[in-house]
Amino acid sequence: MNMMNVYLIAALAPLAGAVVAGLFGRRIGRAGSHWVTIIGVAVSMIASAVVFRDVMQGNLFNGTVYTWAAIAGIQLEIGFLIDQLSATMMLVVTSVSLMVHIYTIGYMADDPGYQRFFSYISLFTFAMMMLVMSNNFLQLFFGWEAVGLVSYLLIGFWYTRPTAIYANLKAFLVNRVGDFGFILGIALVFVYFGSLDYSEVFELAPGKAGDLVGSAIGVQWPLLTAICICLFVGAMGKSAQFPLHVWLPDSMEGPTPISALIHAATMVTAGIFMVARMSPLYEHSETALSLVLVVGAITALFMGLLGIVQTDIKRVVAYSTLSQLGYMTVALGASAYSVAIFHLMTHAFFKALLFLAAGSVIIGMHHDQDMRNMGGLRRRMPITWLVSLIGSLALIGFPFFAGFYSKESIIEAVQLSRTPGAGLAWIALTAGVFITALYSFRMYFMVFEGKPRYEAHEGTGAAHGDDAHGHHGPLNPHESPGVVWWPLVALAIPSVVIGAIAIEPLLFGGFFGDSIRVFAERDVVGTIGEHFHGWLAMGLHGFATLPFWLAMAGVALAWFLYLKRPDLPARIKQAALPLYTLLDQKYYMDRFNDWFFAGGARSLGRGLWRFGDMNIIDGVLVNGSARLVGWFAGIARKFQSGFVYHYAFTMIIGVFVLLTWWFLRI
Amino acid sequence: MFGLAPLSTVVWLPIFAGIVVLLTGSDRNAAMARWVALIGAIAGFVVALPLWTEFDRTVPGMQFEEFRPWIETFNINYHFGIDGISLLLILLNCFTTVLVVIAGWTVIRERVSQYMAAFLILSGMMNGVFSSLDAALFYVFFEATLIPMFIIIGVWGGPNRVYAALKFFLYTFLGSLLTLVALIYLYNASGGSFSLLDYYAMPIPLAAQILVFLAFFAAFAVKVPMWPVHTWLPDAHVEAPTGGSVVLAAIMLKLGAYGFIRLSLPIVPDASQYLAPLVIALSLIAVVYIGLVALVQADMKKLIAYSSISHMGFVTLGIFIFNPHGLQGAVVQMVSHGFVSGALFLCVGVLYDRMHSRMIADYGGVVNRMPVFATFFMLFAMANAGLPGTSGFVGEFLVIMGTMSVNFWYTLAAATTLIFGAAYTLWMYKRVVFGEVTNDKVSALSDVNGREILILGLLALTVLAIGIYPKPLTDVLGVSITGLLEHVAVSKL
Repeated sequence: MNMMNVYLIAALAPLAGAVVAGLFGRRIGRAGSHWVTIIGVAVSMIASAVVFRDVMQGNLFNGTVYTWAAIAGIQLEIGFLIDQLSATMMLVVTSVSLMVHIYTIGYMADDPGYQRFFSYISLFTFAMMMLVMSNNFLQLFFGWEAVGLVSYLLIGFWYTRPTAIYANLKAFLVNRVGDFGFILGIALVFVYFGSLDYSEVFELAPGKAGDLVGSAIGVQWPLLTAICICLFVGAMGKSAQFPLHVWLPDSMEGPTPISALIHAATMVTAGIFMVARMSPLYEHSETALSLVLVVGAITALFMGLLGIVQTDIKRVVAYSTLSQLGYMTVALGASAYSVAIFHLMTHAFFKALLFLAAGSVIIGMHHDQDMRNMGGLRRRMPITWLVSLIGSLALIGFPFFAGFYSKESIIEAVQLSRTPGAGLAWIALTAGVFITALYSFRMYFMVFEGKPRYEAHEGTGAAHGDDAHGHHGPLNPHESPGVVWWPLVALAIPSVVIGAIAIEPLLFGGFFGDSIRVFAERDVVGTIGEHFHGWLAMGLHGFATLPFWLAMAGVALAWFLYLKRPDLPARIKQAALPLYTLLDQKYYMDRFNDWFFAGGARSLGRGLWRFGDMNIIDGVLVNGSARLVGWFAGIARKFQSGFVYHYAFTMIIGVFVLLTWWFLRI
Repeated sequence: MFGLAPLSTVVWLPIFAGIVVLLTGSDRNAAMARWVALIGAIAGFVVALPLWTEFDRTVPGMQFEEFRPWIETFNINYHFGIDGISLLLILLNCFTTVLVVIAGWTVIRERVSQYMAAFLILSGMMNGVFSSLDAALFYVFFEATLIPMFIIIGVWGGPNRVYAALKFFLYTFLGSLLTLVALIYLYNASGGSFSLLDYYAMPIPLAAQILVFLAFFAAFAVKVPMWPVHTWLPDAHVEAPTGGSVVLAAIMLKLGAYGFIRLSLPIVPDASQYLAPLVIALSLIAVVYIGLVALVQADMKKLIAYSSISHMGFVTLGIFIFNPHGLQGAVVQMVSHGFVSGALFLCVGVLYDRMHSRMIADYGGVVNRMPVFATFFMLFAMANAGLPGTSGFVGEFLVIMGTMSVNFWYTLAAATTLIFGAAYTLWMYKRVVFGEVTNDKVSALSDVNGREILILGLLALTVLAIGIYPKPLTDVLGVSITGLLEHVAVSKL
């Protein structure tokens, strides 16, 4: 078959599913809707696998689907770039998406918006595919905004909840702040490269490395640095990097399946993917790389810290996602793009797993998400327990699990990197390992081990408004149905093995070919490769590294605090109240944003409207002119009194004035 | 068509149809008036279609030209002709006329024939503006459009309609008086011609150019409207009936921008470039200042009106940066804004017809009762926020690309619309549509009916089609715009 058709099928099959389920959802019913969308995504996954095989055989593709617009000799096109990078992303996106689709059948079983939900997640898959398959900046922006739209719709899926519709507006607007930078970057590319096509731009990049971009105030910026920083602002929004991370924790208001798909595995990694895709540009700007590195390091450490004080199970996983995105970003900053993509991939599997497992727990707890009400679920939900343990071990980087290989590679890469800020980043990431283990196993112990706390505390599901299970009497958690746990098992397998399998080909086998470009002096991955002796050796060596022992210390501390001496956390909280409050308030960033940006914009708008529009323009200028005319007319009217002697008198005065003037002139 | 000149048909057929509608008389014949109006509007749209199919996209200059002497004493001629820019606006106008006739179908119960006739006549007059190549003819049509709109607001408007109608009329009329002065100057300077094409070729000293530019500017800036002469628009929109708001936003505002393109730029190119920084500054103020003002509006119509001003800021910005992407973007933005703002006013109309309130605070949780409506409204809100895949994105994107080649800081200011546009539109959407049902009136709402689905559906398809595949539009504009820019680049001093 013509490969172009396969590409089109891979991209469009989910769209077809979304359209059918969206427009005819009521007619084809619930089962019809989930079948049509699942088939669409399955077809897309198979097509992606075919594409991946084809790419492995060396068949790359870069071509146009159609011309969007052509203006003054510049073609703006919709097209595909199929190479190792996009093929990998396609496979990750469709496989996680398929698992989430299947899982949703169970999770959303009683929701009245069932068809709508399936339509949205399929639409998301389409948008994400367009984003990763794009061969130009225009389509990248299309996909970029379209995934943002679906994210907005899904966070606000339960649209009657005030918190959900607050969160989705916030998510969209914070992302728009990122997009503001992103579009400026695209515009710079457009103007200085005269094209939006990746390959043309990358071709020209070396020649533009020394160019400057002028600005009105006389400051000259290196062109590529300006472009890279602007684009990275977009990535900060989409991939939730400090300080634009504020939307992601709130996005947990959406149903759990989309937290797994969109807010952990795929959409939030779009920024990581984008920077990796732009490696031919970023390599020319050490300043931009350094910024990427520092922002990533801040996110990795400080967002992890917040995970420690959360009590909502989904929010713990959300802060963990923020922190892991920080790790990926650091890898990008260290020019270890392939490692970032590697961690993106392993993270997609184990974090989707953790989210969906959390969802399974939430189903078991009748939609109560508070970990303080859980405990001892291991026996009640054995499968969920096992996969959660696997996911947690992968997350903390326990040797041989998927996360170990990718995280270890990131830390090594940063250690070797000479990009400014790498030293600090290394400290942040290494400390982050301890934090990660602490919050992960805090969650694990609170949920699955110890004494059950739900018996004393009957489900508060009603408070969440979507408790459709209609349970009565005491809470009796039990394992979720097969349609829920099967995807968990399917995700657990790669969470264990994908790291060991993929590390050698992906990082050291020249897998990415030309899709990722690294300058020789920054090629830290190559240096790591010199000491790499296979996955087994790396795994065994992993037991002797500093990060491993830090992780163990984190687990041990979590065990001590939450199983051995559960009375201690409360006392520590009392002892370090200011610190706890700072973390509990998320460094006061939400408060600040609400007050300064949201409140500030409203006050400014109100001021401009009341003062500028109503007082000055309308009050003084418009109605003032009207009044002036009125006043003038009022005076003029006095002359037309209708009394003859007034007119006669005026006439005499007039004659007198005229005569005087005439005489004086002579 | 029928052996008639195509442009004359496009201009006079709606006017003629309007007169026929008037002849149906009182409200006893309301049904007949509606049907005649609908047939007239559709016929008006159909006769415009050959312009699209037969337009030659490869040659610059005017097409479908018609020329007849009209008032020979003053050398005023009945001279029509269009380029790609006029073509798109004519099609937009004819399409919108069909929609407003359908939109007023059941809502308008008093003086039906006059209401329908006003819109048809207005439509023909605006086609006249877009087709005129004679300055006097242009001016007559330009001014004449005020009358039907004045009547529409003044008769079928809200409680404060008289103030709004007068403000609208005086504001725009005072602005355009100076244009008349400028045209008389040009008439004398050209040795007795009103032909725009003569003016294009005529050298004019810079001082005179600047005066002429400012005179034009007084008329067109008010019409667009640009900050700070925009305050008539929110009042006019709030008081106008739904159909009036739709036409006002979709077409009438474009007369101003069209005036810049058809008169200011080619007749006084040096002054246009000389004063461009002023216009750009005002445009950017419109984007930022008005974006913030829109954020705090409590009245949906006012909010959309302010949003219109902000979006039109992009149009004037695109025009006055003098490059093909900016100008293309400006025209596409004009067309897109026609569909999107029209659609948003129709959406507010749908709600107003049911609740008789425009205040955001009176709503909340509409989606629970009107899911289909909420879907349409979401699409148009997103288009207003410039989401890619909708028409709203195309113009903004092209203007931003074009602006970057002029100045980074201009672009920075313009791109804030990504944030403000989303903020005011989606915040309004959230408060009106999302949430629990807030009161009994919302609880009693019924979803859109077949007629409303037809209108909103047509608009939705158009908005998506342009967003996904704008090439047909940009192809029509291409040669006209490069031709115009080449002309502007040559000094006339």
